[in-house]
Amino acid sequence: MILRTIIDLDWRGRVFLLVLAAVAVLVPLLNLAVPAGSAFNVPTYLVSLLGKYLCYALLAIALDLVWGYCGILSLGHGAFFALGGYAMGMYLMRQIGPRGVYANPVLPDFMVFLNMKELPITWWGFGHFPYAMLMVLVVPGLLAFVFGWFAFRSRVTGVYLSIITQAMTYALLLAFFRNDMGFGGNNGLTDFKDILGFNIQAQSTRVALFVASVVALALGYLIARAMVTSAYGKVLIAIRDAESRARFMGYRVERYKLVAFTVSACMAGVAGALYVPQVGIINPSEFAAANSIEAVIWVAVGGRGTLVGAALGAVLVNWAKTWLTGAFPEVWVFGLGALFVLVTLFLPKGIIRTLSEWSARRSDQRAASAAAEAGIGAVQQPAGAE
Amino acid sequence: MSSVTSPELTQSILYLDGVSVSFDGFKALNSLSMVIGHGEMRAIIGPNGAGKTTMMDVITGKTRPDDGDVLFDGSVDLTRMDEASIAELGIGRKFQKPTVFESHTVDDNILLAMKGPRSAGSSLFGWRNRVRDDQKDQVLETIGLKDHRKRLAADLSHGQKQWLEIGMLLAQDPKLLLVDEPVAGMTDHETEQTAALLASIAKTHAVVVVEHDMHFVRALGCKVTCLHEGSVLAEGAIDAVSTNDRVVEVYLGR
Amino acid sequence: MRIARLLAALLGLALASVASAPSRAADLDAAFARIATENFGEIEAAIGDLAATGDPKAAAALQALTDSRLVYAPADKGVFIKAPDGKFTDARTGAAPAAEPFGTKPVRVNNRVRRALEAALGSLTLLSPDPAKRLAAAEAVLKSRDSAAIPALDAAIAKETDARIKKTMVQARAAAVLGKADATDAEKVSAIDVVAERGDQDTLSLLANLRANGTPIVKMAAETAAGAIERRLAVLSSVQNVWYGLSLGSVLLLAAIGLAITFGVMGIINMAHGEMVMLGAYTTFVVQEILRTKYPALFDWSLAMAIPLAFLVAGGVGVLIERSVIRFLYGRPLETLLATWGVSLILQQAVRSWFGANNREVGAPAFMSGSFDFMGLAITYGRLWIVVFGALVFAALLFVLKATSFGLKMRAVTQNRRMASCMGIRTPWVDSLTFGLGSGIAGIAGVALSQIDNVSPNLGQSYIVDSFMVVVFGGVGNLWGTLVAAMTLGIANKFLEPFAGAVLGKILLLIFIILFIQKRPRGLFALKGRAVEA
Ligand SMILES: Nc1ncnc2c1ncn2[C@@H]1O[C@H](COP(=O)(O)OP(=O)(O)OP(=O)(O)O)[C@@H](O)[C@H]1O
Ligand SMILES: [Mg+2]
Repeated sequence: MILRTIIDLDWRGRVFLLVLAAVAVLVPLLNLAVPAGSAFNVPTYLVSLLGKYLCYALLAIALDLVWGYCGILSLGHGAFFALGGYAMGMYLMRQIGPRGVYANPVLPDFMVFLNMKELPITWWGFGHFPYAMLMVLVVPGLLAFVFGWFAFRSRVTGVYLSIITQAMTYALLLAFFRNDMGFGGNNGLTDFKDILGFNIQAQSTRVALFVASVVALALGYLIARAMVTSAYGKVLIAIRDAESRARFMGYRVERYKLVAFTVSACMAGVAGALYVPQVGIINPSEFAAANSIEAVIWVAVGGRGTLVGAALGAVLVNWAKTWLTGAFPEVWVFGLGALFVLVTLFLPKGIIRTLSEWSARRSDQRAASAAAEAGIGAVQQPAGAE
Repeated sequence: MSSVTSPELTQSILYLDGVSVSFDGFKALNSLSMVIGHGEMRAIIGPNGAGKTTMMDVITGKTRPDDGDVLFDGSVDLTRMDEASIAELGIGRKFQKPTVFESHTVDDNILLAMKGPRSAGSSLFGWRNRVRDDQKDQVLETIGLKDHRKRLAADLSHGQKQWLEIGMLLAQDPKLLLVDEPVAGMTDHETEQTAALLASIAKTHAVVVVEHDMHFVRALGCKVTCLHEGSVLAEGAIDAVSTNDRVVEVYLGR
Repeated sequence: MRIARLLAALLGLALASVASAPSRAADLDAAFARIATENFGEIEAAIGDLAATGDPKAAAALQALTDSRLVYAPADKGVFIKAPDGKFTDARTGAAPAAEPFGTKPVRVNNRVRRALEAALGSLTLLSPDPAKRLAAAEAVLKSRDSAAIPALDAAIAKETDARIKKTMVQARAAAVLGKADATDAEKVSAIDVVAERGDQDTLSLLANLRANGTPIVKMAAETAAGAIERRLAVLSSVQNVWYGLSLGSVLLLAAIGLAITFGVMGIINMAHGEMVMLGAYTTFVVQEILRTKYPALFDWSLAMAIPLAFLVAGGVGVLIERSVIRFLYGRPLETLLATWGVSLILQQAVRSWFGANNREVGAPAFMSGSFDFMGLAITYGRLWIVVFGALVFAALLFVLKATSFGLKMRAVTQNRRMASCMGIRTPWVDSLTFGLGSGIAGIAGVALSQIDNVSPNLGQSYIVDSFMVVVFGGVGNLWGTLVAAMTLGIANKFLEPFAGAVLGKILLLIFIILFIQKRPRGLFALKGRAVEA
């Protein structure tokens, strides 16, 4: 299926994959092979920063799958992202072993500090990488499945759905702030030492994590693309446009939504899991409502319902954020707020679709004038863009 | 109304008995009873707010009746089922306000409507990708949108959307078609075409048509039911109904 | 016990000697001489002697002893009270000593002495001319249940004229009887009856002791009395929870009621709603700052002045937002959500740049501090005002919507825009004003919330989820639903808190609402009909 998707890719998707491939080769090369003093050297901190952007891009693609193609404006994807991140963080905590401040071979420092005597059940198995990776998928996926099962079956749609996803995120935020949840409370999980036996601070590990993020993003894109171009995707779009019509045609709308929502949550979980080792910490603030909503604006900026646009939006907005918070810290929040307003008012289709419509119009005009010159009155029908 | 006997029940494709629906105390359907036979075509007329659309809502599972029985094919209780299962049984519907999938092409609209497995799994793993081009072409031919097949449904005119929706109904190939005001916004010529089309469909399917256009109803040449205030006011041949005093008084006007 | 009996005897003596005034001075001198020692037994006895004199000077000395400020000069057995500033007063005369006493030592206290001291002070102040002191002394005995105080209490009860104090003394005496080892069952049973009248937690623990180890009769009496008290306390704590719940509900109502207009009636998802509340709170802050520096006398009126101003500020900002952003997005709720979120970020940052990121101090006017007792419930004026205020705002809004022509136009526009504009209503104008009204009400809520929450740029964020929950739970487009939802959630929260803790209680409620919306997607009091299905 993935193979067919690659073969059938449109030019936009091809460019996207090519860029990713180029980045996956060039960035490690420029980091590892070019000496540190050189102008072409990519410093290691930048590698991790780019890796972080790519995780956000994967989150944006996950969100675009449900929002752009199914009309579900989830304000809970930050929560799925964070849950994936916590699963990874728990693995990394268990890898610290006796190197913690309290040198307890089993319990992470914060548990010793809280006078816990043994590892809570929730932590069992997180010492093993495969199990932890499974949880990265299962925990967000299961939450999305259960939540979606209830919500879609009782036909909660539109803003109501947005509001209850936000309530879910808020409840998780409150829960993870509690010390007795056993996930490090306020401080979250940090001070990671190594991953799969490699020092997490080492340059080569950072580069490997970056490459892993590129691969995850490409895979995530291809899965999402395969879904939306299949018959399933057509139904999904049909549901977005006229939900009850689709029902009267015999489509079980709730199941279609549930599949998309769950797959999307798993993707967000993977993004979170790759994010945590690259930034070195996960704490409850990742559950903040603002994070989920910010992710929505990335998608909106790039263009919902385009996948590539979502990824592009995530990278662009975050790049701007990094630059602005460094250069003019006060301005960033104003800028972000203005972005929300201006994009919804003036760029409702996002960058990608606006650009492509614009170029289509130009080429139409050119074709029309060419046709007029040749004396042929053929009017081209615009090709079906999704 | 008519005394319901069990042969009537077994011979019917649709059987409504004493169906009542109320919205905040307002009775949209008031103990409505009606029987549609296999392969029958029926026209429903009645003033605005008579409950015609609400009746379709009840049959297709959109609205749950407060009271009464709705049976399909003599035995299946529709009041307990959701829209998707009712559609799977073979009941198709065209809405009063044309609703097509605007961001899909005409082609894809028909494709989505085409009879076949509807589950998420089957669509995800490609079974529905087997395009039955011949059937699709036939439908497009019938509704006269063949030249527009690559256009987005959103770009169609109102009348074309009506046609597209009828085409989707054809592609769905249900046993019972519920058609709500199919000719609103159509030219006289198109109206005649539609009547002819419905008449030809009715040879193999049961069809229920709601319409205000009396010329159209006459052209259909079938039994007519007039609804008023949620129940049946008159039923029979068009000439009998259209001369019925009560019908003239509440609906047709003198 | 032995000491207690000794004390009792001493107290009895003391009371006997109250009448013989001439010997009092001599007794006092002797007692003071006795206390100037290191011997705890002597000190204890001297305390009894001092108490027996009933002299205010003795009381002052004993008070000083409890504060470890009583010293003596071993050389001449002079006893002095050392003030916190280091000055000495002669305990016998109450005057400053002629010369600075030399080589003073503190009178030492051990646990036994301390107990004697408390009892002595108790009985001494029982006879104090100050009613507040007498009451406090009776309460003290009630707590200590010192049977030694019985004779003193008897005397005090005989002389007491204030009914309330007298009642407390009688209860204290009963408690003391219960603490007495050799009281008869009959005495104890009648004492239980007296004590049970108090019906508080302390009484319950007093009775618990008797229920565990008393004679069968006493046990039974204690059992019955304790049962009655427990029931009363249970009722009281429920009533208390309901009251707290109502006041929390009023806070929720205030936070949500503006949203009930913008979201509930107009269908606009205004994520900047919380910031309207915040603007109201900052308006209060500014008003108070100005009053504090320019017209401090008017400070008590600060809230009254802030209310209309907050309405204008928040309402004005609301109209501005509606005109510049929201009106382009009607019919696109999800886009509205994003745009107004952007607006909320801008407003927050603007306030942060202007006023700083820290909490701002907003004071409470005098009439809002303090509390009063209502049938065993301590009701703070602050809470009471919030409840009253919430009810007033609700009633005012209801009036505007139901009884004014603007309200009529507003409902017409929100129900059928096209029809309304055909009938000559200027719909854009009504839209703006309605949104302004919702925002202005949020601003008014901000005035109230500035009294109970930190006034910071993040103030609004903490209410946004709650507000939406209340409106959705109550049923969109239904003001009464909002009221019921706010009160239900407030009360449920307070009843959950004791079991689950504040945070977990809140989480449980959120989960409950999420599940509830599944069952009834349109809320408690849903509007039915085609309009809501679109
Ligand atoms: N969901 C609903 N909520 C409230 N009232 C409704 C609802 N559905 C229908 N009604 C009311 O029920 C009555 C019947 O409506 P219905 O749409 O069935 O009429 P109709 O016969 O189809 O009229 P028309 O010819 O105008 O299409 C109307 O008065 C309508 O207002
Ligand atoms: Mg109708």
